[in-house]
Amino acid sequence: MKKTALILLFAGVLLSGPISTSGRTASWSGVDETVIEKFAEKAGRPAWKPFINTDQGDLLLFVFLLAGAAGGFAAGYWFRVLFPPRRTNAVCPELGEGSKGGGPPGHNGKRILNHDV
Amino acid sequence: MHISEGLLPASWAILWYAAAIPFVARGLRDLRRRSEEAPWFKPLVGLVGAAVFLISCMPIPVPSAGTCSHPCGTGIAAILIGPGLTVVVASIALTLQALFLAHGGLTTLGANIVSMGVAGAYVGYGTWLITRRLGLPWVAAAFLAGLLSDWATYATTSFELAAALHGGGSLTTMFSLILLAFVPTQLPLGILEGFLCTGTLKFIRSRKPDLLRAAAAGGAA
Repeated sequence: MKKTALILLFAGVLLSGPISTSGRTASWSGVDETVIEKFAEKAGRPAWKPFINTDQGDLLLFVFLLAGAAGGFAAGYWFRVLFPPRRTNAVCPELGEGSKGGGPPGHNGKRILNHDV
Repeated sequence: MHISEGLLPASWAILWYAAAIPFVARGLRDLRRRSEEAPWFKPLVGLVGAAVFLISCMPIPVPSAGTCSHPCGTGIAAILIGPGLTVVVASIALTLQALFLAHGGLTTLGANIVSMGVAGAYVGYGTWLITRRLGLPWVAAAFLAGLLSDWATYATTSFELAAALHGGGSLTTMFSLILLAFVPTQLPLGILEGFLCTGTLKFIRSRKPDLLRAAAAGGAA
């Protein structure tokens, strides 16, 4: 419940952007552009083109997607190494303690489930 | 906070490289030492490095300002792996972003390492240490560490720009103007970074508290 509320709040904040600024100019440019490059240009030092210029058409979108996928894979891999899933033995709530039949054999009639928590 | 390619004059670019190199060297030495002491330390550095890379190239829209900016993740990184190693992971993230993502630049890499890596990490870690020693609860300490590491990064960027570009004008005036221009975007994002830092620590405390104890025992070096 708490998590859902937080997710909704975050989504609300993101979505409120276009709505709240619909009546005025909101470029959604990064501060690198609106602050850093603006002051540098005023001082007579415009930015150079990057040495490997990926800022062309959808190429930047592609490399960002690639970077996100690679970074996400690396983060997930190391996360699983550091936080391996916990294995717990839990009695199936539908069958209850000591319930008979239906479950896999070998557990005195109790259905034992191995949950990855 | 990514200062784009070619914005800094050569003399300033070299100066910031010279300032960053000793911190990176110290971080690399820490990595070797701490990896020999604890085998789980390299996976932790890998996880933190990937997180810093992702967080620092993720533009977040700020509705109140109508612009986008990104948190840095160096506050929480410094608490987990120490400020020295945070400089190393921030350097790797910034190099990749400069090379392939058109964010920052190779000529301005030294300045960007100093602002995001050095200032963000050491201010975040220092805040964490001081507030814990003052007896603040860990939640408040983590929040302040995240918040101040973000703001320190942008304050340092403002200083780097002002120092290089003030020309015949006043350094203080230009520094104040740039800092003020960052405020509408970075004020809320700093708060977001504070929550990010607290949430991450809360998760680790509940799932694997021994990781925090071991990380702290290893020394921030």
